Amino acid sequence: MLILIRAVIGRDLRLAMRRQADIVAAMFFFIIVVSLFPLGVGPEPDQLRKLAPGVLWVAALLATMLSLPRLFADDHRDGTLEQLALAPQPLGLVVLGKVIAHWLVAGLPLVLLAPVLGIQFDLAGDALAVLTLSLLIGTPALSGIGAIGAALTLGVRGGGVLLSLLVLPLYIPVLIFGAGAVDATVSGLGPQAHLSLLGALALGGVFFAPWPTAAALRVALE
Amino acid sequence: MSHRVINWFRYASPQTFYPLAGKLIPWFWALAAIFGVAGLTIGFLVAPTDAQQGEGYRIIFLHVPASWMSMFIYLVMAFWAAMGLAFNTRLSGMMASALAPTGALFAFLSLWTGALWGKPMWGTWWVWDARLTSELILLFLYIGFIALQAAIDDPRRADKAGAILALVGVVNIPIIYFSVKWWNTLHQGASVSLTKAPSMAALMLWGMLLCALACWMYSIAIALMRVRTIMLERERHTDWVRALLAEKE
Repeated sequence: MLILIRAVIGRDLRLAMRRQADIVAAMFFFIIVVSLFPLGVGPEPDQLRKLAPGVLWVAALLATMLSLPRLFADDHRDGTLEQLALAPQPLGLVVLGKVIAHWLVAGLPLVLLAPVLGIQFDLAGDALAVLTLSLLIGTPALSGIGAIGAALTLGVRGGGVLLSLLVLPLYIPVLIFGAGAVDATVSGLGPQAHLSLLGALALGGVFFAPWPTAAALRVALE
Repeated sequence: MSHRVINWFRYASPQTFYPLAGKLIPWFWALAAIFGVAGLTIGFLVAPTDAQQGEGYRIIFLHVPASWMSMFIYLVMAFWAAMGLAFNTRLSGMMASALAPTGALFAFLSLWTGALWGKPMWGTWWVWDARLTSELILLFLYIGFIALQAAIDDPRRADKAGAILALVGVVNIPIIYFSVKWWNTLHQGASVSLTKAPSMAALMLWGMLLCALACWMYSIAIALMRVRTIMLERERHTDWVRALLAEKE
């Protein structure tokens, strides 16, 4: 089981590394969206500090959305997905491997970028740490839940826009607790509760989402 | 025993369900009209004026039933979706897609009447209260379901994809509701408390329940009408639809 997951992760990472432009584009999308907000609302540090958690988290949601369609599309196009579905191993485990690989490629860079962007918003040290931690815990949930949407919209007309319609409402709890953790730190309440709930969402998302995703893939392959 | 099973699934086929639905629709319309007239009569003519809110509260007779229906229809939709996935029946998927627009309509009505009610009572069209926010998200979920089904050309695939989405949505609704609720209480004390149900005069309650029944009957009638159309559209290549159309001409 672990061998299968590791093999899928290794394969997806190798494929991603050969097309690094895609990863870099999603990262710059994240940076640009975040940098637009100070230009839009003005450079007052007090205001920016208040906006920072929400802005960074919303930008992270959008950047994840951007990379989701590629999760299954390439494999679908060249027939790999059908072979994976025919394999004796459960398709859910393959999906789990792909979700983890997607997070390593699309989620982890956002986590690493977040502290730098947080400095632009004049966040204090502890808030920066909590922001990074909340993204670290929360982004796996985004990859997991997003996989369901990516599978449902596989090969469908206007898939990209449709994907955001399906997935963004489901992302709301992650957004609330992720941004809430930073808010709670800034206001002195402590982020413990938010981070725990975020962890619960991430675990639930990563471990339950592959199964509906696998079902949706089978529907798409029919 | 086997005889029973056959009976149970008898109306699961579009061919047998089509005439049954046709016979039931007028009854549900009639019930909707009776309950609607009775509920609105009580609501507008008999029920007393509210001590605090004056006449403005009377929008409750549409607002509350609409909110109930929007939530309940999503559950019914998910039920049909699960049925469709479990038994692979054609009719279940059709029922789910027939219900979605009505559910979205009620979610929208509930938000709209809520805004109309909120303006005179709280002085604002919209507050980011937990209930309002989760109703808005419910509307988004309906829109997502309808958009997904509309984007897929093959009806069988559309049904199954929609069914998976509806089931994922149903699992998520409590999570979304509680996260929004905690978000709200952690952010700021809600300026308006919606959770304290005002002790209601019995007459108001009756009016509301009758209106809710009217909305219920309306939903069934309109969903059956829609499902009949969907059936004809999807089964247009089958013999029974051809025979039916030949009969009409």
